Amino acid sequence: MATAEAHIDSHDHHDHEHHKGNFITNYIFCTDHKVIAKQFLITGIFWAVIGGAFSAIFRMQLGFPDADLGWLEPLLGKWITPEGKLDPEFYLALVTMHGTIMVFFVLTAGLSGTFSNFLIPLQIGARDMASGFMNMLSYWFFFLSSVIMFISLLIETGPASGGWVVYPPLSALPQAMQGSGLGMTLWLVAMVFFIVSSLLGGINYITTIINLRTKGMSMWKLPLTIWAFFLTAIIGVLSFPVLFAAALLLVFDRSFGTSFYLSEIYIQGEALPNVGGSPILYQHLFWFLGHPEVYIVLLPALGITSEIISTNSRKPIFGYKAMVISMLGITVLSFIVWAHHMFVSGLNPFLGSIFMFLTLIIAIPSAVKVFNYLTTLWRGNIVFTPAMLFSIGLVSVFISGGVTGIALGNSAIDIQLHDTYFVVAHFHLVMGSASFFGMVAGVYHWFPKMFGRMMDAKLGYVHFWITFVGVYLVFFPMHYIGIAGFPRRYYSFTNFDAFSGFTDLNAFISTAAAITFVAQFIFLFNFIYSIFRGKKAPANPWRSNTLEWTTPRNPGHGNWPGEIPAVYRWPYDYSKPGAKEDFIPQTVPFSQTMESNLPHENDEIALEKEIEEMVVDETGEHLEHGHGAH
Amino acid sequence: MFGFYILIAVFLVLGILLLIFRISRLINIVKGSDERRVTGSNNVNAVLGVLFMVIGFGLLGWYSIQYFDLYDPPVASIHGELTDKLFWRTINIIGAVFIVTHILLFVFGYKYRYKEDRKALFYPHNNQLEYLWTGVPAIVLTWLVITGWLAWTDIMAPASDDAEQIEVMGYQFAWSLRYGGMDNQVGDYDYRLISDANGNQHGMDFTDRANFDDFIYRDLVIPKGREIILKIRARDVLHSVFLPHFRLKMDAVPGMPTQFKFTATKTTQEMRDELGDQEFNYELACTEICGRGHFSMKKNVIVMEPEEYDKWKAEQESFLKKNPDFMSQVPDNLKELAMISTRSNE
Repeated sequence: MATAEAHIDSHDHHDHEHHKGNFITNYIFCTDHKVIAKQFLITGIFWAVIGGAFSAIFRMQLGFPDADLGWLEPLLGKWITPEGKLDPEFYLALVTMHGTIMVFFVLTAGLSGTFSNFLIPLQIGARDMASGFMNMLSYWFFFLSSVIMFISLLIETGPASGGWVVYPPLSALPQAMQGSGLGMTLWLVAMVFFIVSSLLGGINYITTIINLRTKGMSMWKLPLTIWAFFLTAIIGVLSFPVLFAAALLLVFDRSFGTSFYLSEIYIQGEALPNVGGSPILYQHLFWFLGHPEVYIVLLPALGITSEIISTNSRKPIFGYKAMVISMLGITVLSFIVWAHHMFVSGLNPFLGSIFMFLTLIIAIPSAVKVFNYLTTLWRGNIVFTPAMLFSIGLVSVFISGGVTGIALGNSAIDIQLHDTYFVVAHFHLVMGSASFFGMVAGVYHWFPKMFGRMMDAKLGYVHFWITFVGVYLVFFPMHYIGIAGFPRRYYSFTNFDAFSGFTDLNAFISTAAAITFVAQFIFLFNFIYSIFRGKKAPANPWRSNTLEWTTPRNPGHGNWPGEIPAVYRWPYDYSKPGAKEDFIPQTVPFSQTMESNLPHENDEIALEKEIEEMVVDETGEHLEHGHGAH
Repeated sequence: MFGFYILIAVFLVLGILLLIFRISRLINIVKGSDERRVTGSNNVNAVLGVLFMVIGFGLLGWYSIQYFDLYDPPVASIHGELTDKLFWRTINIIGAVFIVTHILLFVFGYKYRYKEDRKALFYPHNNQLEYLWTGVPAIVLTWLVITGWLAWTDIMAPASDDAEQIEVMGYQFAWSLRYGGMDNQVGDYDYRLISDANGNQHGMDFTDRANFDDFIYRDLVIPKGREIILKIRARDVLHSVFLPHFRLKMDAVPGMPTQFKFTATKTTQEMRDELGDQEFNYELACTEICGRGHFSMKKNVIVMEPEEYDKWKAEQESFLKKNPDFMSQVPDNLKELAMISTRSNE
């Protein structure tokens, strides 16, 4: 550890804060984690608008199959048929890209990328990420991936259309559908860059959390947000490479004539030479990432919510250690449940049994988390900020979507429900909506720290209630449609007598979806308006305990102008009996709060001196100087 | 011109909304509510939460009961009755959890909304509670898993030897059905023998004598009360056999044959009478995205009384008989057998 130099460096901070870069080094190729976080956020919002618009378009097809969509022609061109209908293949492309964009670009990059980057250094007390340069690369690989994916939307044969899971052989054979041509190639290239970005980010998050915590910040004093980001990054680092491998083998099959996934295929009047491959192999590899991916998008949202619910209930999060242990449990289990996506894929039924057992076990840590949230609210003193509302909304949709997982994880029941709208309802609530709510809650909560201004609360309330009610009106009825057996990814249901009902319910869902989508522009307006015209934020607007609120209103590169504060207590000392205020920040030593200390906390006073004399490795910050970036 | 008016109207509405927004902000500043820790909105949000819950439960209960028959398709297979029972049992349990947790969520939100003079309870942990809500879900889940597992192993167990063999082959964008014929054996195939041009859609290999009496029929015809084994395959991309009324689903995978056994419990006519709908037909659908025509891969399914089925089956002419050209692919030593078995149907 370069302790001596680190110490010397910390004296230089004064000039450090006042340096002026140009526009490019400050806002574009910037290594400051806060700027990178905002870059991720804004790119994520851009993608969310596209992904949401796609769903609005295909919901129009599903809800109003007879409507004339000719007015979309200026936008979609030849994808609108001369009769004013959506092209069936383009419908599949929309469904595919909606999934890809939302899962990867919005809820992985937009959520983890934003909040892991923004909060890790601020909440653990570090000047920046362990490697600011790698962090910057992480964003720019994501940007490159975004550009390629965006281009794929514009090409003549359309983007990838085989569902977001892109199962071969459909995705491997350009003759099977248009989207499996160039669009699929671009999808794979974009995903490869995306994985690189995700790994660069993840390795950085893990390293930073392990090495750069400030004085006194032991692992058990970390806010739950950081635990969540930490475990999320571990999941990502372990599972994304497997998707990389799956994608690479698919590239080989598509372009170099290998037969990893292809066997005994006769298509378009021609028998292909490939034998011996297995489409199921791809499904195993894909879901080895695909299922942990669910937790990659969910855990950060749960972490954010834990923090927000505790702060705004003015109560410690109930069962901090149980929360960490259940997240650990979820992390471990997330790797050994993947085949529940494949119960009826032709998987060996014995494996199906094993995966059913493992899958239902994962419901237990999830249930523990829910009960802990509820107990945190119990006898609290609840302030409904927009962030708090979205967090409570998250708990609600997490329950609603989570419980149906118990039905789906049961392989015998899954036979009927697999690939129906029941599944669509399930994962849109538990993973889509929950993560989205977590992301929005995070934006409302940390906006003051990001931009030094407040977002408008009233607009936030309106946004919340329309979104919350809207999400239920969209996804809850899908359970009924799913029980009735309606399959996913159907362009139209009129071919089947069994699926000919529910036209009114489908129209209802589509209307609700359109309203919910439009309501997001309230948020967008609030976001952009508040960046420039919002009320100036106080230093600690939510009266919160965590470290980020000890920084100046607009923290510069390096976060704290002087020395990084030391930490003496856990982050959840809210409404402590005897305390003057209803919160005690982590930086307040026990020796200053004799009136509210619990018996065992008085023993920790003796350790305070030790904490103050600790030497912290400020390597990340040191590297900055080494690079001569300033 | 019409579009232009709409555009103007949209801008006007947006302008008005913006104005309302600006005014309300000014009022907030004048009233100083920006400075207060909690405004009246806090109570409004707490009440809205309870209101949302009450109305939501009302809608949920009303729709679930009123339209039950609409969303619960009638079941017509033995294992389907079992999985339905498991499904509704699970729904009842998770429904109870859903309702209780939501009541707690919104009632707590209302009851413990911010009050100036109250202090929240400092209650960081209680291990007994944690054990309780780890243990109880674990026990309930164990029970659900075990009942599900017993059903699953039963459903997936090997079919009996005399089960009626029917091959379901998926391709873009239809199904083709091949019946085992009199020997009740679906014969071998080789994908290199598939040819839409010469009519051998299934790639039947005529060196296998089991193929001689196999026949192709446009509908999926099955006898009631007799075990059926569907031999499922695909020849281009993934498809998935879905028989909603029989609670049956299994992917069709190129290069990897799959199967599903089941026993139908109601003939088409019985189901028509039960539903009071003489137009009713069982259907076979595709549930794995397979391309442009994914939504149109339909087959009619006809369930007959066993005697009726036997009669129907005996009437069918084998593929080889209908397409005598393929006789040339039959090895010489089997030619005689092939001639006999194609004739035996007459």
